Amino acid sequence: MAENQKQNYLTHPKGIMSWVLTLDHKRIGLMYLFGGIIFFFLGGLLALGMRLELAAPGNDFMSNDTYNNVYTLHGAIMIFLFIIPAIPGALGNILLPLMLGAKDVAFPRLNLASFYLYTLGALFTLYTIVSGGVDTGWTFYTPYSTTSTSNVIPMTMGIFIIGFSSILTGLNFIATIHKMRIPGLTWYKLPLFVWALYGTSLVQITATPVIAITMVLLILERLLGIGIFDPALGGDPVLYQHFFWFYSHPAVYIMILPAFGIISEIIPVHSRKKIWGYKFIAFSTLSIAFIGFLVWGHHMFTSGQSVFSQIVFSFITYFVGIPTGVKIFSWILTMYRGQVSFTPPMLYALSFLFLFTIGGLTGIFLGAVALDIHLHDTYFVVAHFHYVMQGGTIIAFLGGLHHWWPKSMGTMYNQTVANICCLGVFLGFNGTFFPQFLLGLRGMPRRYATYDPQYADLHNYSSFWSAILGLSIFIAIMNLLWSLRKNNKLDPGTNPWGAMTLEWTHTTSPPHPHNFEEEPVLEHGPYDYDKVIVEPTFKK
Amino acid sequence: MDRLTEYLFPKQVSTFAADIDNLFYFIFYSSIALFAIVVFGMAYLAIKYRFKKGDEIRLTSSKDHSNILESLFFIVPLILVSITFVWGIRSYLKMIIVPDDAIEIKVTGQSWFWTFDYPDGGTTLNELVVPSNQPIKIVLSSKDVLHSFFIPVMRTKMDCLPNRYNVMWFDAQQEGVYDIFCTEYCGTGHSQMGAKVIVMKPAQYEAWVAELGSDDEDIPLDELGAKLYTKKACNTCHTLDGSALVGPSYLQTSQMWGEERVFDDGTSTIIDDNYIRSSILEPQTKIVAGYQGVMPTYQGLLNDRELDALIAFLKSLKEDSQI
Repeated sequence: MAENQKQNYLTHPKGIMSWVLTLDHKRIGLMYLFGGIIFFFLGGLLALGMRLELAAPGNDFMSNDTYNNVYTLHGAIMIFLFIIPAIPGALGNILLPLMLGAKDVAFPRLNLASFYLYTLGALFTLYTIVSGGVDTGWTFYTPYSTTSTSNVIPMTMGIFIIGFSSILTGLNFIATIHKMRIPGLTWYKLPLFVWALYGTSLVQITATPVIAITMVLLILERLLGIGIFDPALGGDPVLYQHFFWFYSHPAVYIMILPAFGIISEIIPVHSRKKIWGYKFIAFSTLSIAFIGFLVWGHHMFTSGQSVFSQIVFSFITYFVGIPTGVKIFSWILTMYRGQVSFTPPMLYALSFLFLFTIGGLTGIFLGAVALDIHLHDTYFVVAHFHYVMQGGTIIAFLGGLHHWWPKSMGTMYNQTVANICCLGVFLGFNGTFFPQFLLGLRGMPRRYATYDPQYADLHNYSSFWSAILGLSIFIAIMNLLWSLRKNNKLDPGTNPWGAMTLEWTHTTSPPHPHNFEEEPVLEHGPYDYDKVIVEPTFKK
Repeated sequence: MDRLTEYLFPKQVSTFAADIDNLFYFIFYSSIALFAIVVFGMAYLAIKYRFKKGDEIRLTSSKDHSNILESLFFIVPLILVSITFVWGIRSYLKMIIVPDDAIEIKVTGQSWFWTFDYPDGGTTLNELVVPSNQPIKIVLSSKDVLHSFFIPVMRTKMDCLPNRYNVMWFDAQQEGVYDIFCTEYCGTGHSQMGAKVIVMKPAQYEAWVAELGSDDEDIPLDELGAKLYTKKACNTCHTLDGSALVGPSYLQTSQMWGEERVFDDGTSTIIDDNYIRSSILEPQTKIVAGYQGVMPTYQGLLNDRELDALIAFLKSLKEDSQI
């Protein structure tokens, strides 16, 4: 028994092949995390390069063409190689079976195949970068993308392949959630992170095929000149926009729903309080996933689509806002009469509430057609989606990483450093992106390598703070990695936050290779802080 | 409010600009109210119920819902977004229903400049001249990839498509010179694809229209060339200071006058008047080594005198630089 307890998935079995061919969801999750973090750094460096160029109005640091490559790769890498795969692929893989009390996901081999598809897609992306880049923007709007001489085909091929990774992961998660729960773990007893993954997976399997087909059509158009999207060949560029956003708007929810799930875990644990409005949060996840399919036209308010479409898309857009608002209020009220600890994960969760609320509210400005026409394709949009994607998803991801780090790695980082970094990220983020709302209101367009001197002050300010943002994220991640040094292992029984979901109460940190030594028996719900006391344990 | 508007927005020049800014303020103040509730609520609860040193870990409250609060979460945002939606659509209808007495100007986007065709004949490049207090209907299209025509002071923009026409309109209430930007990414010269809209008093506009096409007869060639350099958007891609942009600098070409220029297919030619003329009219036939062949043809956009003028201007740069 004692010998058995010392075994954990990180050290058992040993050898490089045991990682390459592993079917263990936790190891696959870690490999996703590794890949995701590498691309996060790459995308982040590209972003800092852009801010350096934009610090002053002229072509001071790079040429127009270089800038166009840099911003395209920044967007494509952050979206397709980091944000979309990272949370479901990394945290989702590591946690889902543990939260369900299962030995693994439903299809472990398929899970490994998903990871290798992701790797293959990533190789295509790296090839695109080393062979000269791509300059179309991550949206690949036609006819520019059908006529551009840059490497459109390798990049879109990469996206096509990563799409399959996304679909297979979604399929796997849905089967796992339906079939692998331990007895007694009914739908309403599931941790909300599982509900969030369920909603995400539904969107992944229904929306992703559309982007895959669109990318194939684009490739065929470039190779064979078949005339779907390029007017010179008889195609229609607006059709491309419909196809593209029919995926890419729901993809926003692939990116944000897992973040909602993470926040729904962090806040009750660190407030030691039952979550407010469990069913509201669970069902708002599903309704957001559904409504998210009906609003793609708000990306096309200046494309010349019919007035009727404009009105309908504007109308439905607001209905995404309502369930999202319900979630935010529920998270806040969760703290009511709890015991709130200001740990690093909790600080990230509170930053999330602050930043994501700004991201959500500025979406209302953009949903109003008349106002959107002024703001469309300006820095207001850039600021809005960074508040949602970075202020929302990436902040939640960092929070989740800090929350589950002791669980998955069996070590504890320096919490003071982590808190300071969280503050640095918060300030750096606001300093970088808040001025961009003002730039947008004043009419500064997106995707400009140079700009009119009237916008110089705000750009300069934004660039300055981006350095602080970049540095804070870098130190935060280094702080996590530094905890992996020798002789820093925690006691396997550690539950530093006093959490009561299965991954904390029924297995070791880091978990046993088979997750649980025997099938766990459910003793309480995921947030029963009103019924059971789980003492935080923190031992070296 | 006025000083805030001045800080946040460009001038309000079109008839509907103030209405759109007011819609902004409605959403802005509602958002600030909601945001204040979120942030103060969060800070209050987090601090009031914080876990202090020495506190005992205990069972906490099982309160997890309140029918009144939850109904409020639905109803208050629903009311606010309903107002926003209706306001947004009403203002939008004002922006798309073109008055019957509008003057129609055709706007064509092309990588990377704008062409404006006026109703009584005459064309300008990168300078849209319109009378004040007169509805202007803009019919948009593109000759190549997507562009988008954005006039911040008018609070309106619209995409330019290669395969169909889009329409927008405005009625400028104040004379002045204002920015036009391209807001749909269109490649290398996207950030330089700016133009100006010049709003004149109607009488001035009439005089300007009458002169359009007949001016420039009596100024010296090199001065006309200097005017055309910006007016015909050469400056988007060619600098005068020797630095390379999308295309080679005029100064460099001028300094190499009479010398050999090498093209990307390995051939070369002597830089002379005929070379410059054919480079303007048939830019795709010979591409200078190290550059992309992205320049559109100016066939039909420049008459012979204007071509002569540009050549004269280019030649004059060499002498200027020697002084």
